[in-house]
Amino acid sequence: MAHEASHAATIGAAPAEATAEQHPIGVYLKVWLLLFVLSTFSYLVDYFEFHGIVRWSLIIIFMLLKAGFIIAIFMHVMWERMALITAILGPPVVLLVLIGLMSSEGKYVFGTRVDHLGQPQAAARVHVSEVHKAEKAEH
Amino acid sequence: MSEQAIKTGGHLQSIVHDWSDQKQAFHVPWGKLMMWIFLISDTFIFSCFLVGYMSVRMTTTDPWPYPSEVFALNLFGHTVPLILIAIMTFILITSSGTMALAVRYAHFRDKKKIALLMYITALFGASFVGMQAFEWTKLIGEGVRPWGNPFGAPQFGSAFFMITGFHGLHVSVGVLYLSIVATKVLNGVYDKKNNYDIIEITGLYWHFVDLVWVFIFAFFYLW
Repeated sequence: MAHEASHAATIGAAPAEATAEQHPIGVYLKVWLLLFVLSTFSYLVDYFEFHGIVRWSLIIIFMLLKAGFIIAIFMHVMWERMALITAILGPPVVLLVLIGLMSSEGKYVFGTRVDHLGQPQAAARVHVSEVHKAEKAEH
Repeated sequence: MSEQAIKTGGHLQSIVHDWSDQKQAFHVPWGKLMMWIFLISDTFIFSCFLVGYMSVRMTTTDPWPYPSEVFALNLFGHTVPLILIAIMTFILITSSGTMALAVRYAHFRDKKKIALLMYITALFGASFVGMQAFEWTKLIGEGVRPWGNPFGAPQFGSAFFMITGFHGLHVSVGVLYLSIVATKVLNGVYDKKNNYDIIEITGLYWHFVDLVWVFIFAFFYLW
């Protein structure tokens, strides 16, 4: 990597010179615009009321893309040395274990509530407008 | 330090090289490394909140409210779903952009531009917190509480106040942090130290606040 080599060459240099690397302003403006577009897309997922697997996958894809660009470009991780990148991105990976355990536990707890407490398997979701209507009727 | 070793080796080689260094493994200013350590620990805190939210949402047998309806606003006689949250998202991204530019001008030590961009960033942050205060007021007025709400599962309220409250606190602290650093830039404090690393460090914190919002937006508001 040419960039990495040039970075390494500055390690012994004075701090002022070591931080003097700059990236063209266009990179930031492009990523900025891209984040706007991706956010609009995520909003439209809700606006056009996609449901089911399409909705979840679109939400996740746009979320990961946005997070990736923020971390890589805005937080400069892309230009860091590999030792720091692995130290930053490695530890959060264990969170996947926590998410996996808690979702399997969550399914189990939900099952026991349905089986043993006689609670509804899928309670009807209430629209906000219906709540407001009911409130008005009460008054 | 053999520069040749880094030039010829790949990424893996550079890790081995850095970790077998006699003095330090991470070749970045110490303040930046400390900020990264703080941000990683903060990642775990926010993850605990989001995983906790996932747990209560998966286990509750009460119906979950529709977030896009709860956070809808009435604009010009139309009910627009989730519009306030969308505006807040755009504001936070814009503030991240101005912050990235401030960090860029820190390389040139252009004091006026750095301070101006950081003040703009802080202003966007403050308006974000203002909108959040508006959103909280609106929901509290509609009877949403940490222990219950009229739209469905009571866990909705607790997750909402907990997660957005903690994020809002981060934004508020960030606004203070940005304002203090920007003022110190104008006063020439970092010229005296001959060190402008603090701008990038502050930037890391601010981008992280934006990053957390990306996940909150996806999991809490859109899901």
